[in-house]
Amino acid sequence: MGHFLSIVVEPGFFQSAPVRLALVAGGVVAVVCGVVGSFAVIRGQSYAGHALADVSVTGGSASFLVGISPIWGFVGVGVVAAGIMDMIGIRRPRGRDLATGIVRGAGLGLAALFLYWDTTSSNTTGATITILFGSIFTISSAILPAVALLSVLALGIVAVVYRPLLLSSVSAELAAVRGIPVRIVGLLCLMAISVAVSLSAMTIGAILSTALLIGPAATGLRLTSRPGLAMIWAALIGLAATWLGILLAWDSFYWPPARHGWPVSFFVVTLVFIFYLLARQPARWATRRPAVRSQAARAAGGLAPAAPGARQG
Amino acid sequence: MTNQWPIDRQDEVLAVEGVSVWLSGREILHDVRFTLRRGEFAGLIGSNGAGKTTLLRVILGLQAAAEGTVRVGGQPRSRRNPVIGYVPQKILLDPDMPIRARDLVGLGLDGHRLGIPLPSRGRRKLIDEMLVAVGADSFGDARVGNLSGGEQQRVLIAHALISRPALLLLDEPLANLDIRSEQEIVTLLAQVAREQQIAVLISAHEINPLLPVMDRVVYMAAGKAASGTADEVVRSDVLSTLYGHHVDVIHVHDRILVVAGRGAALGNVHHDDLTVTHDEQTAAIPTAGSM
Repeated sequence: MGHFLSIVVEPGFFQSAPVRLALVAGGVVAVVCGVVGSFAVIRGQSYAGHALADVSVTGGSASFLVGISPIWGFVGVGVVAAGIMDMIGIRRPRGRDLATGIVRGAGLGLAALFLYWDTTSSNTTGATITILFGSIFTISSAILPAVALLSVLALGIVAVVYRPLLLSSVSAELAAVRGIPVRIVGLLCLMAISVAVSLSAMTIGAILSTALLIGPAATGLRLTSRPGLAMIWAALIGLAATWLGILLAWDSFYWPPARHGWPVSFFVVTLVFIFYLLARQPARWATRRPAVRSQAARAAGGLAPAAPGARQG
Repeated sequence: MTNQWPIDRQDEVLAVEGVSVWLSGREILHDVRFTLRRGEFAGLIGSNGAGKTTLLRVILGLQAAAEGTVRVGGQPRSRRNPVIGYVPQKILLDPDMPIRARDLVGLGLDGHRLGIPLPSRGRRKLIDEMLVAVGADSFGDARVGNLSGGEQQRVLIAHALISRPALLLLDEPLANLDIRSEQEIVTLLAQVAREQQIAVLISAHEINPLLPVMDRVVYMAAGKAASGTADEVVRSDVLSTLYGHHVDVIHVHDRILVVAGRGAALGNVHHDDLTVTHDEQTAAIPTAGSM
């Protein structure tokens, strides 16, 4: 076993402090993104999540200018953007794309300006690369408390409003009839999404952060029909992709073309995509109706729908 | 008549009293009044645009009334009203969404509560019983988005009933259903009303599927309503007053046809309704049966 590990894991992996930090921070972020991302997918807000990630670039690039940790820039701007999206009208299906598009456009415009200032003031492209593609190996242990706090915040929001959020995702009308404040619940969910993509922007970069939000969640809901279980699957898939990605990035120091290491983000996003493709296959088998169930339906007779065509595909 | 009030009030589940609604300068509902008692199965009949959905929204508290009051269970209705169960016309859910029929029924039980639902034997048993009661047990574990229209209706009815409401409202539950599913849903609802002693109000544009089981009809045209038994309301004189011009009611093989006078088709009658002046609309409509 030890011998096998030394083949898969190049030497020094677990001894390296940046790697251990990356495993902890990346793992926590993956779990948050899996759970919160499931709601983004269920509510049809993948594009909103993507836009929030794009807009967080604005905050990240601004934070370099004023000299604070990018995470606060990501979160600060993300939460404000979520509020503006809700104000413009993210609840209506037509207003949703509009609100998202407008906020995303405005945010990216500012981001272009800030990134320009970043590069001209520091005379390197370091800031741009860090913001857009992440820097999981350069995470400072000083921001771990911030990561923990934001993770607890995002997961806490989702856990507290879990049932009202699920019901208003199925039907806003049904939720409103039960006295659920649909708009407040929706805004809280958008806030949680914006915190999750901010965390993800820090690890795999703002451009790719939606991959970690949407990919594992989309995979999870193919694997099970239970909402809670789908979220657990999403968290595990995100975790696996992140940890494997970090491992491969470490190993890639010994790969061509140069002994320089490939970016972690590439591995994480590619693994997320591969997991999704793998999960599509069993889902296709599951849509075939098992013989046992149609027999049970016939046996129930009378009220039960016996016609095979009754179920719309 | 007035000495009947105490008896009525005790059994009264829903009282709509003189409700008028204005939306963007148009009067959508005009002085609508009727009452429903425990165990009563009522049809809210009218064509598209007659005001059925607006009336349901007022009863649910989703739409404010310009005039009039709604009492539910003898109390003025409040925002959080657990005594009303509601079944929307259709929910649009992607088949990919991981929500099973039993999850949606469970949300009917405690969807308004905060926190994550803890799996318990009691909760599971309640959900199983409700799925059996509406004949949805064979697809309880299927995704809601994969179900047919009739199957979705059963799940939504279970979702509404599991909180033990005194009043069940359904918005066009028979729309888009084939004839067989239509009959099954009507039979199921009549059974629910009788066995659980709850009042059921079901909106529909077609009266005939409901005729065999309906205790009361609330007939709507151009924002006005007449209420009573089918024999009291679906008559030429009552409906003519409601529509504002002559309407014939024809009985054929236990079915009722409502036909506009002067040989015009029913569709034309509805079109004419929109041009009725406000003077005509304010004409008193007899609310037979509620007296």
